[in-house]
Amino acid sequence: MSDELKPDELLDKVDHTPASGSWMDTTVQIRPGIFSYAAKPDSLETLGAPNPRQWNPLDDDWQLPENWQEIIHNGIKERLEKFRTFKIFMDVCVRCGACADKCHFFLGTGDPLNMPVLRAELLRSVYRNDFTTAGKILAKIPGGQKLGGGRPMTVDVLKQWWYYFFQCTECRRCSVFCPYGIDTAEITIMGRELLNLLGLNIDWIATPVSNCYQTGNHLGIQPHAFKDMLDFFTEDIEEITGVNVAPQFNVKGADILFITPSGDVFADPGTYTCQGYMILFKYLKDKYDLNVTWSTYASEGGNFGFFTSHETMKRLNAKMYAEAKRLGVKWILGGECGHMWRVINQYMDTMNGPADFLEEPVNPITGTKFENAKSTKMVHITEFTADLIKHGKLELDKSRNSNRIMTFHDSCNPARGMGLLEEPRYCIKSVCDNFFEMPENTIREQTFCCGSGAGLNAGENIELRMAGALPRANAVKYVHDKFDVNTLGTICAIDRAALSTLCEYWVPEVEVYGVHELVGNALILPGEKKRTTDLRMEPLPGMEDEDE
Amino acid sequence: MKQKYMLPLTGVFLLFVLAYAGVEGAGMQWFFGIVVPYAAVLAFLAGFVYRVMGWASSAVPFRIPTTCGQQKSLPWIKQNRIDNPDTTAGVFVRMVLEITLFRSLFRNTKAAFNRNEKSRLTYSWEIFLWLGALAFHYAFLAVLLRHLRFFLNPVPAFVKVLEYFDGIIQLGLPIVMISGVLLLAAALFLLARRIFDEKVSYISLAADYFPLFLIIGIAVTGIFMRYFTKVDILGVKTFTMGLVTFHPVIPEGVGGLFYAHVFMVSILFAYIPVSKLMHMGGVFLSPTRNMANNTRIKRHINPWNYDVDIHTYEQYEDHFRDKMIDAGLPVDKKE
Repeated sequence: MSDELKPDELLDKVDHTPASGSWMDTTVQIRPGIFSYAAKPDSLETLGAPNPRQWNPLDDDWQLPENWQEIIHNGIKERLEKFRTFKIFMDVCVRCGACADKCHFFLGTGDPLNMPVLRAELLRSVYRNDFTTAGKILAKIPGGQKLGGGRPMTVDVLKQWWYYFFQCTECRRCSVFCPYGIDTAEITIMGRELLNLLGLNIDWIATPVSNCYQTGNHLGIQPHAFKDMLDFFTEDIEEITGVNVAPQFNVKGADILFITPSGDVFADPGTYTCQGYMILFKYLKDKYDLNVTWSTYASEGGNFGFFTSHETMKRLNAKMYAEAKRLGVKWILGGECGHMWRVINQYMDTMNGPADFLEEPVNPITGTKFENAKSTKMVHITEFTADLIKHGKLELDKSRNSNRIMTFHDSCNPARGMGLLEEPRYCIKSVCDNFFEMPENTIREQTFCCGSGAGLNAGENIELRMAGALPRANAVKYVHDKFDVNTLGTICAIDRAALSTLCEYWVPEVEVYGVHELVGNALILPGEKKRTTDLRMEPLPGMEDEDE
Repeated sequence: MKQKYMLPLTGVFLLFVLAYAGVEGAGMQWFFGIVVPYAAVLAFLAGFVYRVMGWASSAVPFRIPTTCGQQKSLPWIKQNRIDNPDTTAGVFVRMVLEITLFRSLFRNTKAAFNRNEKSRLTYSWEIFLWLGALAFHYAFLAVLLRHLRFFLNPVPAFVKVLEYFDGIIQLGLPIVMISGVLLLAAALFLLARRIFDEKVSYISLAADYFPLFLIIGIAVTGIFMRYFTKVDILGVKTFTMGLVTFHPVIPEGVGGLFYAHVFMVSILFAYIPVSKLMHMGGVFLSPTRNMANNTRIKRHINPWNYDVDIHTYEQYEDHFRDKMIDAGLPVDKKE
């Protein structure tokens, strides 16, 4: 990270004025700091993905299959028939420019090809040339291609696709403003599917996918190690609270199966959120005899298959229902994660349902029916916790979070692929006294991405990530300066990792907390000792001078 | 950059000259007044239906609305029923607002960045694209409906009402129709945006300028005929009624300007199905807007859903059994 740009240097580079000339005449310059490393052959082989090989995006020769153009052509054709979204989004854009300055990557990098409209035009230009009547006729006239905005599929175009479809975090912010609802996420998804047909994935996606398929989670944590991690948290929590919160694993006949992203188990500060879940489940077990089980087989809530292809997404997601069925639970509870919830909310039931072996979810403690989940049978933990708090079922000590001056980052997928906006806010406000919203153009459905979603949270593309993080960081800095906000709450595992890096880079005074870390701090466990520290082993407010 | 708009501008100008000269010089009224309009309407109808059928024939495998408000959730949390609808009624309202008021575009903001000690990114409400687009589309619609006067006999009452309101600012004679002037002004605004806004200019294709120039050409010729050259209205009506009753006639005393107008309108009609102007149909079918966010409530069926290989629990346990037993994790088979 030594050659990394300093924040000031990055800010100096921000310029939203496009160069002169036509973008179609530009050739792609794949730049270190922006691109992510290529997928390793082993990772592609796990799922039998095409064309596994060692390759480097900086090389001229990408070792494509001989008939790669045919593969792409047929791939586009198949997807136009399978996805109405794709076909319509290829056809109806009028290039009004409303989306142009909505993308965090455009705002942060100033690269005009990061304007959502041009990201889509990368594909559309080939579509117009090869699939539309006008394009086919124009291609025969000299100069006609240019008139119609078409261009033939070449290696240069392919490289441009690869470079820019892996500079989109599928956050859908542009889609909110588009008069036709054109969703660049959908176009990026198609683009990445096509690239995957040629073995052109990035390693930060392909390896988690491979791990998840084999060992049950992205990080490749084997069952015993998964248990070890939670045992380790159990020890920490016992030291802080005096209560043994040991979770149960793979238990048949439990009431609820709990699935969360493995990032919560492995990466700080997600680990503290994980401890929050454990404290909550222990509380519910002791107070209300609710049996929640974890699974080592379905030990991943996230789904990097979603960033690869619809088929890969389905193959990874299948474990959730399969495990719920094997264990015979009543319904599934899902942890704090962004894209995981887009998959659960908009894809899971369609792909791997019907979940007729599960019950329509009811909170056994409050009697609340989760009407909005009655078919998919999976409930978001902030829906669950908000319901418990609303019914006064949790004993909370807000003062333990009184040193946290909060704001909340809406994660892209729960915001724009679900609409989970009030539930996490309600939870936060119930356990913290100080809450301030960021400016309205940067929250809720207009929220800005962390800049590292959709599989781009690698190390080698740090310049891209920090540039893409600028709009979010800028809003965090605004509330930090204005209200002394020191804590950024979130409900996404990638956010917990990515926003921490973002804050360290742009707003070092702000720390990142998962919502259930705050809940875990505030929740008063039956029989607990007087707590002197929070879950991070830092002194609680007013306990700074307390002896150990 | 300039050729992106100089070529379409030249093209539209040539189309105008072609029709004008063809009528005034070569006496080809029958071609520009009869053959071309019939062919254009046919191309429009066939092409439009073909394109919409093409979209409709593509599957909708997943229900993926873009949600722009609070979901239906716990009973005490207020749902945004329009921007995050879970019912058909909600979707209907969302679509009506989208199609008639361009609601998404109404949200448009403009980002600005000032490099100073604060280095703040700011976002301000950007209403002009929305205003321009709305003015353009409604003026176009009003002009189109007013032209029904030429194709229907007797003239329907609603057309007369529309004309009354359109000409309510009584400026001179003939009365100035606001819609025509507004159409021209809005089209010029949208054109100016495409040329002078650096970002919009950068993303624009020749195919984006062509219909704008064409519509400007149509508006200008129309305005010229109405207010300046005072085209023979009775002759025009004889001509248009001939077209719709399939007894085409070429009236005396109607000149090249009129045929150039008709020719450009014909080109526009024929051009719609092969261009981005199909957005008028596509907006109805956009899955991110016309679907309810209720996938967790009601299972959506993917017509091409197929079985996939998964790594089963049995395979997983076979792989890790010893380690699981050592760690005290429950297993299905002991060996």
